[in-house]
Amino acid sequence: MATTVHEPPQIERRLPELGGSGNGGRNLPPSGGRLRGVRDFSPPPSSTALWVGLAAITMTFIAFTSALIVRQGASMDWRHINLPRVLYLNTVVLLASSVTFEVFRRSFQKKRDALDPGTLSHSQRSAAWLYATLLLGISFVVGQYVAWLRLSADGFYLATNPSSSFFYVLTAAHALHVLGGIGGLLYVIRRFGQSQLRPTALGVASRYWHFVDILWLYLLWLLWAKL
Amino acid sequence: MHDMSTEAVHHHAPPTGFIRKYIFSTDHKVIGKQYYGLGLVAVFTGMVLSWLMRLHLGWTSLAIPGLHFLSSTGAPGNVMTPEYYLQLMTMHATIMVFFVLTVAPFAAFGNFFLPIQVGAEDMPFPHINMMSFWVTFVAFLVLISSFFLGDGPALSGWTGYAPLSAVGGVAGPGQGLGQVLWAASLAIFCVGQLLGSLNFIPTTLDMRAKGMTLSRMPLNVWGWFITSCMALTAFAVLMPACILLILDHVAGTSFFVPSNLVINDQLQPHAGGSTLLWQHLFWFFGHPEVYIAIVPAMGIVSHVLIANIRRPLLSYKVIIACMFSIAFLSYMVYGHHMFVSGMNPFSSLVFSFPTLIITIPATLIVLIWIGSLYGSRLRINSASLFALGFISMFVAGGVSGFFLAQPSIDIMLHATYFVVGHFHLVMAVAAIFGIFTGTYFWFPKMFGRMMNETLGKIHFWLTFVGAYCIFMPFHYLGLAGNVRRYQAFVGYMEPLIPIHKFITVAALITGAAQFIFLYNLIHSRFWGKIAPENPWECTSLEWTVPSPPPYDNFGGRHPVVYHDPYQYGVESENGADYIMQDSTETPKEA
Amino acid sequence: MAKIFAVTLILIAIGSAIPIIWHIWEPPADISTHGALIDEQMSETMAEAGLSFLAAQFVLAIFVWIFSNRPKGAKIGHFPGGATAMVLAGFLLVGTEVIALGIFGSRAWASVYFQPPAADAMPIQVQAGQFAFYFRYPGPDGKFGPMHPNLINEANLNFFGLDYNESATKDDIVTAEMAIPVNREVHLLMHSKDLGHSFYVPELRIQQDFVPGLDLSVHFTATKIGKYEIVCTQLCGLGHYNMRAYLYVYSQQDFDDWLKKEAALQ
Repeated sequence: MATTVHEPPQIERRLPELGGSGNGGRNLPPSGGRLRGVRDFSPPPSSTALWVGLAAITMTFIAFTSALIVRQGASMDWRHINLPRVLYLNTVVLLASSVTFEVFRRSFQKKRDALDPGTLSHSQRSAAWLYATLLLGISFVVGQYVAWLRLSADGFYLATNPSSSFFYVLTAAHALHVLGGIGGLLYVIRRFGQSQLRPTALGVASRYWHFVDILWLYLLWLLWAKL
Repeated sequence: MHDMSTEAVHHHAPPTGFIRKYIFSTDHKVIGKQYYGLGLVAVFTGMVLSWLMRLHLGWTSLAIPGLHFLSSTGAPGNVMTPEYYLQLMTMHATIMVFFVLTVAPFAAFGNFFLPIQVGAEDMPFPHINMMSFWVTFVAFLVLISSFFLGDGPALSGWTGYAPLSAVGGVAGPGQGLGQVLWAASLAIFCVGQLLGSLNFIPTTLDMRAKGMTLSRMPLNVWGWFITSCMALTAFAVLMPACILLILDHVAGTSFFVPSNLVINDQLQPHAGGSTLLWQHLFWFFGHPEVYIAIVPAMGIVSHVLIANIRRPLLSYKVIIACMFSIAFLSYMVYGHHMFVSGMNPFSSLVFSFPTLIITIPATLIVLIWIGSLYGSRLRINSASLFALGFISMFVAGGVSGFFLAQPSIDIMLHATYFVVGHFHLVMAVAAIFGIFTGTYFWFPKMFGRMMNETLGKIHFWLTFVGAYCIFMPFHYLGLAGNVRRYQAFVGYMEPLIPIHKFITVAALITGAAQFIFLYNLIHSRFWGKIAPENPWECTSLEWTVPSPPPYDNFGGRHPVVYHDPYQYGVESENGADYIMQDSTETPKEA
Repeated sequence: MAKIFAVTLILIAIGSAIPIIWHIWEPPADISTHGALIDEQMSETMAEAGLSFLAAQFVLAIFVWIFSNRPKGAKIGHFPGGATAMVLAGFLLVGTEVIALGIFGSRAWASVYFQPPAADAMPIQVQAGQFAFYFRYPGPDGKFGPMHPNLINEANLNFFGLDYNESATKDDIVTAEMAIPVNREVHLLMHSKDLGHSFYVPELRIQQDFVPGLDLSVHFTATKIGKYEIVCTQLCGLGHYNMRAYLYVYSQQDFDDWLKKEAALQ
């Protein structure tokens, strides 16, 4: 059911007018007189969707940040807490996971460009980077939980003090998003195993992962500076 | 060249089985209809709640038959208690703002028509789209469930100001679990809307058909696109606010509750929180939210108006620029809800300037609509009547904004019925008129049958005149100092009760008229005249497909677009005065 | 039907304007020294908003009347100037209007909030709590004794949580009604016991929220003797509708008598 694409009728070019006859951009031939196929040039929808999601997540953490700043200024009851040291280890772990994910993505891209489309088999070795990312990601989440245990052992629970409240809220919110990233990673692993991994999906998953990593760096700084 | 975008839409056979077709459907059209159905249930629920409120306001000790079945504690002997009034009011507002005004003009019509109008077969992520509806539905259930609690739903209004909303049940009935369910429902709703934006924005940017440049998109598509951008940022702020509120309730934190509060002679355990923080977070969301409610309606009214005046608007670009400016400015004005809140008085001045400035794009849109009527060939039908009614109502509601934008005048009018009149005219009337406009216009396409025009016109007249009778007097009440959120009027407000009685009668009649609309919807759905493909002679792409459209919208063909969507008032080859967007004809100016 | 729409719209517009033009319902007369600017702002805004409202509805009605039911081949007309005229009109007219309102309105706002209270303004403390206002006068020593939330006991009428053993507290006068002398500036210190409330006296042209945890204040001068209502305008629970107190503006002599009487009741 292919549609024949008609050539647009030859029409004189008319400049758009603001007002007067109320043109509203009447029947302008696209530039060059050739129909521009919008679909060919636009980014894949999943890429756009990723930006949408990242924008929303950013707004959420901006809201949390402003809540923290206002709350800290609202009263004199803010007690500084010592950040559990494991947080720094977790940070290294998360950074490493971004590195491994990126290594996988680049090697996948190189291999894909090198091979012809028919044979999409990959060596076992490159899958290892994916599993490394997964392992590091899970370690991060576990490590955050360890941080929680440490903090509560020091007597700081969710409601103990506004500073500890924000510690738990921010780390929990972030960890939730990491879990989401792990979900995306599992999807990538599964598709890769079936030799059906598309570069778009991999790009989206890895970019999300890097975002969550950078978000953690920001949160770590915020916790260190304010808490 | 590898076409990346087709990867996203999973081409598969149409679904079979009742569940896949109508319940858990990934078809954006079904999802749009599901949202519409949810909006319909919500609006009638909200309307009945408003009747209960209005009856009580006119006749405070009235025993309303059957009320004690809704709540035996809230209405012993069928007489509404003061707290129950506030609870009904909270639920009325929350249901209407979220589950009607955000759902119907945006999620319902947007889901159904956005892909078709840009020439796409579906949204790029149909499963996420399906989830967005069901998550929103769950949010509705969570909210409604608070009606069935022992001491009822929350009573702190749809704005849920702390500390009233944060200290728990000690502040009043419904402030315990009822408030938590309210906050949870809203947080879930935010997730649902975000999932919706994840589809709307990529569809608009990446899934357009060949030739469908951005400047050839119908104005209502721009409306939905701009709204999705607002939705994703605004709801992303409400969600953390609700989470922090829930924590204050269940986890003993003190984000919003300061120290040294004494309720019922008992010192509250909270310490150090900031009351104003809630207001800042809430209104940063809340103001864009009201534009989320109106911008889709503006887009729909623009599109329907053009089809019914048979000529394009004076300027397509200016309308879009105005919608963008309104959306952009909406983030800078939120403090106008907080002029006398105790925030720094200088901030009040800072917020009032963009609030006044936002009048300019709003006025421009109205001027263009009215100016486009000049020299037009106006057609009168139910859809165009509601579109014209929208313009009238939007002006009526908008001018009261002049007052409320100024802090000095707000000293007199804050928290009075003047504010209630203002937002009801722009939201409860204008935005609802946008929904009606869209319904009468698009019903034939959605269901393949025409609605009854006579009933539509009766519905219009009763609603148009009725709405003015209800909401204009609110402004007079406000000027006279009638405070809002009162369940009864004593002292200097007592002489105003006769006006309230008049309003109540008007509200009951206008509300009853909505059942004409409901009947029309249901009857036409099954027994309406079969609709042709393009009953309104409209140029946009949804009118190039059958009524109702097939599963994949275009029946497998890929539409190609040659014209902007407003080729009206032209001489077409077959003698018509319009040219479809995908026609290969050359237009000749008529 | 278009003509019916036009006529109905015009009738509605005129009908809506009548109560305004005939001043049927409006704010009560101003008894404050700062209210004149507010009232002037209100009239200005009413004139501009009212004219815009009427003009828009009338033009909409007229255009609907004229341009509906046109014969089949009628030519499409174009509004003179088109969109350019609209944009210019919009920016110039509305722009200047709103900027003017903004600038003059700031003066009215500044007169309320940016002037500090006079040095000899009479301090009165008002406490809002579910569901009543209570007032406290500092007494001859001019000082308010400290409040102790843990001492609050409504049953014993200790609304402010005062410890009468403390020196500054001994002469404090707590009342359920607010009285002030006419033509004397009052500095009202606002404190919330439990939640958000608000203090509104329409005649005084004052409305200000109480914010728990924040010490806010307003100052004003009443110019007319009389009895006025103070109402709560911030939703505070089931008794919100009934949360009110009376404000008495007395002559200086009557006020002194009142204060002496209240002091004796402590």
